[in-house]
Amino acid sequence: MNVVTNNKWIGERTIRPDGADKVTGRAAFAADTNMPGMIWGKVLRSPHPHARIKSIDTSKAEALPGVKAVVSARDVVDFPVDKSVMLGIQDMRWMCRNVMAREKALFPGHPIAAVAATTEAIAAKACELIEVEYEVLPWVIEIDDAIAPDAPILHDFMKFEGKPSNIGGRLEVKKGDVAEGFAQAEVIVERSFTTRPVHQGYIEPHACLVSVGADNKTTIWSSSQGQFMVRAMTAYLTGIPQSDIRAIPAEIGGGFGGKTIVYLEPLATLLAKKSGRPVKMVMTREEVMRATGPTSGSKSTVKIGAKKDGTIVAAQGTFYLQAGALPGSPNRGAVGCSFSPYDIPHVLAVGFDVLSNRSKVAAYRAPGAPIGAYAVECVLDELAEALKMDPLDLRLKNAARQGTKAAFGPVFPRIGYVETLQAAKSHPHYSAPLGKLQGRGVASGFWFNAGGESSAQVNITEDGNVVVTTGHPDVGGSRAAIANICAELLGIDYKRVSVLIGDTATIGFSNLTGGSRVLFASAIVVTQSTDKIIATLKERAAKIWDIDPEAVKWENGAAHPASPNAGQFEPLTLAELAAKAPSMGGPIGAGVQLNTEGAEGGFGTHICDVEVDPELGIVRVIRYTAVQDVGRAIHPGYVEGQIQGGVAQGIGWALNEEYIYNKSGKVDNPGFLDYRMPVCSDLPMLDTVMVEVPNPKHPQGVKGVGEVPLVPVMAAVANAIHNALGKRFYSLPMSPPVVLEVIEGPETRQAAE
Amino acid sequence: MTELRYLAPATLDEAVKAFASAGSAGRILAGGTDLLVQMRSGAVKPGVIVDIKKITEMTAIEPTADGGFRIGAAVPGAVLAEHPHFGKAWPGLLEAINLIGSTQVQGRASAGGNLCNGSPAGDSVPALVAAGAIATLQGPNGRREMKVEDVPAGPGRTNLLPGEILVSFTLPPRPKGSSDAYLRMIPRTEMDIAVVGVGVNLTLKDGVCTAARVGLGAVAPTVLLVEAAAKALIGSKLDDAALKAAASACSAACRPIDDKRGTIVYRTRVAGVLLKRTALIAARRAAGN
Ligand SMILES: Cc1cc2nc3c(=O)[nH]c(=O)nc-3n(C[C@H](O)[C@H](O)[C@H](O)COP(=O)(O)OP(=O)(O)OC[C@H]3O[C@@H](n4cnc5c(N)ncnc54)[C@H](O)[C@@H]3O)c2cc1C
Repeated sequence: MNVVTNNKWIGERTIRPDGADKVTGRAAFAADTNMPGMIWGKVLRSPHPHARIKSIDTSKAEALPGVKAVVSARDVVDFPVDKSVMLGIQDMRWMCRNVMAREKALFPGHPIAAVAATTEAIAAKACELIEVEYEVLPWVIEIDDAIAPDAPILHDFMKFEGKPSNIGGRLEVKKGDVAEGFAQAEVIVERSFTTRPVHQGYIEPHACLVSVGADNKTTIWSSSQGQFMVRAMTAYLTGIPQSDIRAIPAEIGGGFGGKTIVYLEPLATLLAKKSGRPVKMVMTREEVMRATGPTSGSKSTVKIGAKKDGTIVAAQGTFYLQAGALPGSPNRGAVGCSFSPYDIPHVLAVGFDVLSNRSKVAAYRAPGAPIGAYAVECVLDELAEALKMDPLDLRLKNAARQGTKAAFGPVFPRIGYVETLQAAKSHPHYSAPLGKLQGRGVASGFWFNAGGESSAQVNITEDGNVVVTTGHPDVGGSRAAIANICAELLGIDYKRVSVLIGDTATIGFSNLTGGSRVLFASAIVVTQSTDKIIATLKERAAKIWDIDPEAVKWENGAAHPASPNAGQFEPLTLAELAAKAPSMGGPIGAGVQLNTEGAEGGFGTHICDVEVDPELGIVRVIRYTAVQDVGRAIHPGYVEGQIQGGVAQGIGWALNEEYIYNKSGKVDNPGFLDYRMPVCSDLPMLDTVMVEVPNPKHPQGVKGVGEVPLVPVMAAVANAIHNALGKRFYSLPMSPPVVLEVIEGPETRQAAE
Repeated sequence: MTELRYLAPATLDEAVKAFASAGSAGRILAGGTDLLVQMRSGAVKPGVIVDIKKITEMTAIEPTADGGFRIGAAVPGAVLAEHPHFGKAWPGLLEAINLIGSTQVQGRASAGGNLCNGSPAGDSVPALVAAGAIATLQGPNGRREMKVEDVPAGPGRTNLLPGEILVSFTLPPRPKGSSDAYLRMIPRTEMDIAVVGVGVNLTLKDGVCTAARVGLGAVAPTVLLVEAAAKALIGSKLDDAALKAAASACSAACRPIDDKRGTIVYRTRVAGVLLKRTALIAARRAAGN
């Protein structure tokens, strides 16, 4: 494939197609959709962390005037626990139990029943009238408690090493023989770390509107990272065939992975079917915080051994990741990504999936990878200190390069990790002087990235402009990037290209917006579709000129004779060819559907400066530079936006974000007041450096960029705090009370000058 | 499903009458930045809302005869910030009120609402206490006055009698060499609730502190007036020993809880740290007056 060079639109900061709508309030998010006759759905949620549901009596709720339907687990299709049915990374056995508690309530907030009524207030009142008989059971929240020998077991059917257990699975990545590797090591650093569950913090709570016709034809408007996922999950859980469900993606107010699964859509569908009325459901922030998936809390131990010259010879990691109340933690990201920036001969990474009475985790930017990288990159910082090496030099010495075999399997093609290290090292930030109580830390990170299924339809309008439809909700500016690519290929102004997200009835199957895959995958199908259109346009020009199609070239938005030999003809523009379409073979358009391949992993290296207030324990990030190999920045503004967004979330994870539980096993901070994500004034300008090492397997050189930027952040912040204070922190968040306690410790030493 | 009546009387008498007759179903609405949030979350379900923003006395900022200020209980923070003289006399109180929320919240939020909401972490309250502000109340039995530190009764509760409305705050005249300051500890830089808040108001004469008041928030069920801290400052040149003694007095006054917003140990220590910093800011300002 040719990598496009000399671009007019690729690499331009064009105005995003959805920009005007977003800034004027015209963009329709899921909660903005209404229908005549619409009623409201509400969920009754478990007050208990763990309880057997003995009976549910909905008769009083049903009798309340205004109530139109009540549903509970018996209305949801059951997937028996002994047979796995996978949909992407989700197992329908667990999904059916997550959208509605079946045998047991497994966390406070777990749906028990749902009601639809003519007003929200009546629906809420009806929820109170539902009588549930619970047998309250012992519960467990934290990892150590969940894996203790006498822990309350969440699922009798779950066995680990032959015994009932809360360990839902084990995952291993191995290369060489670590025992042999550590035997060669001259310096070994081994440390243990913990992190708390953190929420993606999307601003828009989950919302949907569902209408089911008398013939079961179902329309879903909802906010998700995949309308096809919504359709498939709803079909599975309601028994309505996919062909009868039309899922329409609303504009999405943030997802970050958290909207790759469903909560409300199947319930609203069941309520709409039962009531015969369109049903709208909108979560409150409290429901989002209690019942949707954060990413895992974790505990991990990482051991790295090196020769005195800094050559790393062995690395071992053990990662326990919380899954929530049903199996499925992002272990793969922790074991697969953590050591991948390095060329290490002997690697063993083992991950355990730990269940406890918390809401089921969901994806969050590079799921699992930031947790693993936090531990690994902090240990590397200590190793560099022990070896008296610059931490970037240690990484450079051991950096994965083209030909390095990653422990998780592949041999890397041309990758840009070394370039990120070099760019960081030569960046003025790295050598800028530090003041008192300030410190600097670095860390790197890797994420797999993904390809997968994508569909596109590109149509030329009668007036010679372009409408592109793809199937992925746009969370990060993908429409703008697609407009750039299509305009580039056709040689026209990007403003002549409209980019839309189709619904499940109007575009072919397209997998989730996730895994940093969207631009990678949709650029391929859009490119191939546009190439077909260009071929058609050339054929038509050739016919008009009565020359061979091979003798026509497409340039600057028009057909030209390929060379003087082909003849002397005035160029035929896209508009002219579009106008002639009816008499020249009909409408011009092309669609391509593919399971795309060739997504290559992404690497980033970050530099973080902090300043510590040693009397209050407050850490402020005062300067931050994120260097990332972005493949090719099709729309640099949105690549930078992705990087800055990931860093901002990572700083929150590092410093303040955490789920706080009270003594009765309930989340005590289910809102943005006490779940402290950073606000704008908490952060300095987050500088980005885009290193462009094009992906050789992509027509425009695209690599995923959305997830890598979260991976290195927590370690970069922790390493910076160490540099400022001479103190190491082994748990997140490094919030003021924690920092102050460590500073006050017996061996306080004066801060670095 | 319950009906909600909204009243916006133009006089205080009407407001008191309406509020008193509504009984426990009645709620006063100033900026609504606490009340509306509490209503939306279902924490309170009033039957009658009495909006006091149409009452002139409650939205006015006036000089008093003796050279002090009277501030209507419903004056929003943004309006107070625009007053030509108030911030010069009471920079600490103004910064405390202006710390509440964001630009949007400032357009509505009042010191009166902050006090009557009864949160021990309300930002304006320690500064009002330090300022020696007097609250004027009006109820079915007429007017009375109360020191601001006597208004809170505990988290979410006040010593206002049924039907009583907070009308205004009266601030004393400023002797030469006086100023004040307010600092709070929050983990973030804004949009957060004080883990500890300290207001210091003092007067300096030839570098010596001749009068001082210290208000301490978020470390006990109500905002505290810490007289021992003030005592440690008075008569000193705010030297390290005096500051240390005052800081210890603040830490000793703390009766905090361990909660999601901070630990006992942390709050106690930070109260002392903030006292020192706040006193020094107030002193720097006072030296210029
Ligand atoms: C986004 C956001 C951020 C916030 N940040 C902060 C912050 O940083 N610091 C802080 O301290 N607070 C904060 N708050 C809380 C709130 O803004 C303040 O407490 C504010 O001062 C309340 O004033 P108000 O005029 O809006 O009160 P209202 O909501 O109108 O009233 C609050 C309570 O007092 C009663 N009341 C009001 N006026 C009177 C009166 N004159 N007489 C008798 N009763 C009365 C009301 O009935 C109600 O119970 C924040 C709120 C929001 C929404």
